[in-house]
This record gives sequence, structure tokens and C-alpha cells, in this order.
Amino acid sequence: MDFEEHAAKPLLAGKGIAVPRGGLARTPDEAAGVAARIGGAVVVKAQVPAGKRGKAGGIKLAATPDEARSHARSIIGMEIAGHKVGRVLVEEQVPIARELYAAVLNDPSSKGPLVMFSTAGGMDIEEVAATAPASLRRRPVDIRRGLPHADAGTLVQGLALGVAEAAVTDALVKLYEAYAAFDAELLEINPLIVARDGRVVALDCKFVMDDSAIARQSDVSRAGTPEKLTGLEARAKAAGLKYIDLEGNVGVLANGAGLTMTTMDVVRHHGGRPANFLEIGGESYTQARPALELLLSKPGIRSLVINFCGAFARTDVMTRGVIEAIEALKPELPIFFSVHGTGDEEAIKLLKDRLGVTPLPTMENACKAAVEAAAR
Amino acid sequence: MIVRGTDRVLVMGITGKQGTFWTERMQAYGTRVVGGTHPNKAGTKHCNVPVFATARDAMKGAGFDVAVLFIPPLMVKEAAMDAIEAGAKGLVVLTEHIPLHDVMYFVAAAKERGAFILGPNTAGAVTPGECFAGFMPAFNTRIFRKGSIGVISRSGSLGVLFCLNVVQAGYGESAFVGIGGDPVIGTTTREALEALDTFPGTEAVVMVGEIGGSMEEEAADYARTMAKPVVAFIAGGAAPQGRKMGHAGAIVMGNKGSYASKRSALEAAGVTVLDTPSEVGAALKARLGR
Repeated sequence: MDFEEHAAKPLLAGKGIAVPRGGLARTPDEAAGVAARIGGAVVVKAQVPAGKRGKAGGIKLAATPDEARSHARSIIGMEIAGHKVGRVLVEEQVPIARELYAAVLNDPSSKGPLVMFSTAGGMDIEEVAATAPASLRRRPVDIRRGLPHADAGTLVQGLALGVAEAAVTDALVKLYEAYAAFDAELLEINPLIVARDGRVVALDCKFVMDDSAIARQSDVSRAGTPEKLTGLEARAKAAGLKYIDLEGNVGVLANGAGLTMTTMDVVRHHGGRPANFLEIGGESYTQARPALELLLSKPGIRSLVINFCGAFARTDVMTRGVIEAIEALKPELPIFFSVHGTGDEEAIKLLKDRLGVTPLPTMENACKAAVEAAAR
Repeated sequence: MIVRGTDRVLVMGITGKQGTFWTERMQAYGTRVVGGTHPNKAGTKHCNVPVFATARDAMKGAGFDVAVLFIPPLMVKEAAMDAIEAGAKGLVVLTEHIPLHDVMYFVAAAKERGAFILGPNTAGAVTPGECFAGFMPAFNTRIFRKGSIGVISRSGSLGVLFCLNVVQAGYGESAFVGIGGDPVIGTTTREALEALDTFPGTEAVVMVGEIGGSMEEEAADYARTMAKPVVAFIAGGAAPQGRKMGHAGAIVMGNKGSYASKRSALEAAGVTVLDTPSEVGAALKARLGR
């Protein structure tokens, strides 16, 4: 789950990391009001759960409340990376002596948290990794022990941070504490600045919470940004189904993420365009009926491939659900089956007895037939 | 992380519906199930084996090598730590949606104790003719047959499809290793590849990956050094950017984790990369010469 900057920064502040004074505004007048309250120069920042806001024109400096109002007018309503800007964060400008980068993230390679630190702050970190890899320091952490102060110190040593070194070390330790406390997948401060007055301040913050931890982080997760969903996707989510709308006309229903993606791949390989991703693997294998009913309500589908390979998900159970949906809705579009794995003998018998249908020998056959039928 | 017929298996959460269903099938196939756990049912018997309150008790009472966990997401950390501290040689963690900080915790503990972890979000492991641990249809002879092909898969259902195609092409499997679909897992593709490279009776490896992360790229570094041929498939070439495709790990952000990045890394390492699963038989014949 993504968090916008204004929702992420209070989590840092709660752990003792300094953030600029500021406030959220929904209208240009509100933005001017916040700027007046702060007094002095401010920055007006678009609030969307996406990076590169500055490059998109979503971050602007203002010397006066009037200027803040006019910037807010141009930023609110603009679109950044597919997100419409509804709010701006208006913050005091903090005079910068040095820009740094700090982050903690889940690292699949070391199978644990990874702390990253760089003196090349303010830049896109992928760019830093590509152009100045030596300036990027990494430290894998044993999550059972956390990040001891001494280890954080080693990470920032020898980078000519001067008197700020202790405060930067401190900020890293607190950043790690926030990462651990809020089940972060990624918690990033870019830039973390050393201000001209010597303070260490988080000018920005990116926070992604682990979706599997949302339930146990119910207080914090309320401030997160709900995933942007289409109508069908929202309906599917409410029903506990993993569904994604795509542009094509060949409907796809399969069990398991890997098999469902592969079904889409094979449809495309044969020149077809998948209409969706819809999987009923794992615990949701009993949900075949609502899944198919949902898919059949999608406009523009010309044919359907149903591809089951049962491991945990029993193909007989899934097939029974599919048959119930077909008997209830009597769809006219052509449907092609491929059924293998746990429970397949029973599933194949059910299809024959109730629908008079025999599955095709392979998924390749089923996908190809569906692509051809959609083109007719 | 290859489970053998001689390994003694403890089923944690044995009394639940799925625990029972799959324990019966594991036993019928030949897996040496020596016991199960349930916190409130110690002293009883289930599926003809003793039930213990904890893995520690099971280690004292029956002794075991590998724990298979049928445990709900928020309780897995405690159960996994129990099994690790009891001295398990390995854990098969089937559960999906375990918070990642919990996963990293018990993975770190397992590493320290020298125990392997398969998963989370794996369908388990199969050694045809010997045993299976988890919920794979090992008993289906059109899918699993003793042979010489090692199979690694992040996805259970897709693993089934590849094993089906391997058997249809006239081969069989030396071992199937399901590593799991989560973004952080206990055994990486590369580690599974190393294990199959040295596993007796394995002549070639089929590696079934998917978009997201960089595990396939890391595995390519090892594949380059192997004498045995490797054939790979990467699911998700047709998936849109920035969306989680069912598996939490299957997401492309920028170029990282993309289909193109994985395919080119594998091909540069001499791995045959398939366009579709049904090509696996022909690719194995071409690489093995029979």
C-alpha cells in the first residue's frame, strides 16, 4: 500500500526525525492560508502516490502566499503518472547545505532489510546506482537485531559529513525504527538534508506498506492511498478475487498467479489479446462461480479460455463452480477448457455430463482456439 | 531443500481441513509423516499419527526432520520459530500473505541454524517415487514420474503444468522444488538450481520463473557455470507494468523485474528460454540429444 508524502512524514516525525512545518491544502485559497501561517518562502507539492513529481511540474517554490495560491491553482487537477492531483502539501523552505539519501527496504537477495545511504541525495536513486555506484552504501540488517547505532555510524563514516555526522547517524537509526514499526516494504527519505543551520531534516518521504501487514497495522494503514481500481476490479476485490482489467477480447480464468499469467502469455503468443487477469488459486479456488459471473459481465469479451492445473486448488471443485455459473447465466460466447492436476478425472467427467464439453488436450490448444474464436 | 523418502515429516496444523486432506495424500504416497501439531490437541491421534502441542514436543516425542506448515498467516512466525528452535532440518511454508517482516525474521533464524526454508507461498516439494511435502499432485502419474529432470517453480499451478509437459514428452522428474511466489522467500531460484545441479540422477533442469524481482538474473549467473543444460520459462511477458499479478512478487517497476531483462540474462548464460510451456519437451530433446 502506497502512502502519499503528507501521510508518510508524520510517521517519521513520530519517531523523532525532523520534517518541515507545513499543511495540506485542497484549494488554492487553502494553500495561500497555509503559506501565510508558515510565513516566508514555501514549497507547494502535488500529493500523489508516485515519484518524479518535480519533473512533472508538480513541485513549485513560492515566495509569497499569493504565489503559493497561483502554484496550487496550476498543480491541483493536473495528472501525474496516471493520478489526478487533489491536494497539495505546502511546506516551509529549509535552506539546504547538503542533500543526502537514506532508505530501508526489503531485499530479496539478502532475504532481510537493507539500509541504503548516499551523499548524492535529491537524485533518482536508480540513476545514482547507475552513474555513481561508489557513493551508494548498503548494509544488510538482521531483522531480529535491528540496526544498532554503531552500524548506522559505520554506514555514514568517511563521507565528510562533519559535525552533522552524529545527527545523520541518529536519523538512520530512527528511520530503521519506523521501517520496523510500520511493516514497511520501502521507507525512503530523498532528500534527507543537512540544513544550513545544521539540523538534519527529511524533505520528502516515500513509504510503501507490506500489503500482507495492513490488517495488523489498522491504525496506520487508514492513512494509506487505496489502490486505483476499475469498477470490475473493485467488485472483484470486495469478493476476495484477484482480477485486473486489460484491453483485449479473450477472457482468461485460471488458478494460480503463475498459470494465469502464462495463459495470458500464450493467448498473446498466438496473436490474441487477453481481456483480463483473473485467478482463483490458493484459498479462493472455491470461488469459481462468482469469478466467472464477474468475468462474463465484462463488456467486449468474444471468447473465453478456462485453464486449470490443480495442485492445492482442486480442479473438480473449480469446475463445479464454473458449471454452476454457466448453467445460471447461459453465456453465448465460446468457452475452451484445459483441465489437469488434482481432481482432474472428476472435473472432466463433470464437464462431459453437465455441459457436454470435453476439455482440449493442452492449454496451448485451448488458448489457440479461444484466440481464433475471438477473431471470427 | 530436496525432501527425501527417509526424511521424517511433521505436519504443523495437521487437524485442519487442508492439513488432514494433504496429510492423507502424503501418507498414501509414501511420505514418512511421524506426527502433527495443534496447540490444544496434544496427546490425541490424527491421521494415525500422534499430535503434539509444539514442534519442540514433537522433536522429543517422535523426532522429525522436515516440518510442513498448514498455519494461518499471522501465526506462521511463531510456528516457524518453534520448528527452527526444535532443530528442524527444513521447513516447507505453504501459507500466502504472511507479513514480510515475519518472513525475514524466521528466514534469518533458519539460516543461523542451518535449516532450509521452502516458501512462503509454495506448493511444496516432490521427489517422485519417494515422497512429497506440501500440496502437489505427486500421486498423479501423468504429472509426476521418476526421471532425470529437475524442476524449479515459483508457482504451484504452473509447476504442475510444466511437470505434465515434461512427462508427456517422455521424461520424468528427479525432483520438483517449489520455491514460492512471495517477494522474499527462504530458498532462491539460484539456491534451488545449485541443489539440483548436484542432486544425483538429475541430467537437466527446468526453471519456471516469473516477472518481478531479480532472482532469475541471479540464477543466470550460476547457470553459466553449469555443465547440465537449463531450460527456462518466464511467466508474465504479457503483463502490464506496475500491477501485482496475483503473486505479491510478480510486479514490474521500470526495467527491474521485467520479462526482457530476465530473458536476456538467461539467454546470455546459455539457458534455453521458451516462448510457451508446450515447447519444453522439444527443448529438452534438443539439449539432451535424446
